[in-house]
Amino acid sequence: MNQIKVQTEPFDMAAIQEALRRSSAGIGAVVTFVGQMRDINEGDAVTTMTLEHYPGMTEKALQAIVDEADDRWDLMGIHVVHRVGPLQPLDPIVLVAVASAHRGEAFQACEFVIDYLKTRAPFWKKEQTPEGERWVDARHSDDQAESRWKK
Amino acid sequence: MINLRFFARLREELQTGSETMEYSSETQTVEAVVAQLKSRGGSWSDLFGDGQTVLVAVNQEMCDRDSSISDGDEVAFFPPVTGG
Repeated sequence: MNQIKVQTEPFDMAAIQEALRRSSAGIGAVVTFVGQMRDINEGDAVTTMTLEHYPGMTEKALQAIVDEADDRWDLMGIHVVHRVGPLQPLDPIVLVAVASAHRGEAFQACEFVIDYLKTRAPFWKKEQTPEGERWVDARHSDDQAESRWKK
Repeated sequence: MINLRFFARLREELQTGSETMEYSSETQTVEAVVAQLKSRGGSWSDLFGDGQTVLVAVNQEMCDRDSSISDGDEVAFFPPVTGG
């Protein structure tokens, strides 16, 4: 069963992974990616970050990414959780957990989901630094990561 | 009527998150709506001007500048995404 959540509250990484792992005895592998907030970016200290999203479209975009992963690989469950609102350094921002019978598909699908999320899901980061606020610019390396998966 | 939405840097610099626009022969494609917004001058012409990357979604689906718009559609403009 796939699950997608966009929320302001913190999430329990261990509980999500455990629920997915225990959902079927046919699962042989669970791969989890966690992205967390860093206290430095582009050489500057970052004290807090605020994540904006497009309610409605964000969930649809994540669903489309998860559906495509299901089409490409033989999977047994994908959980995606993404936080919005204010975040502090060390806060987990996003979790992608993928279950499958064997590790190869879970590894690939997990990387695919996070690569597509980074370029296709409408989220925007704004950083607060000692010098003031700034919007984070999109990275060229994220576009390159996405293009690896083009068929 | 069409419903326009603006997010992130665009929302802040335009000082608005949404507005409605009369549906007319001048709003039947994304390109036509962009041309109208650009003609307002100030931040509008800067943000929708040449060299600016503005993404567009119609009814919450990513689309191109030549996509068509129907009466009642939601048309959203935003910068490249930076989640994850």
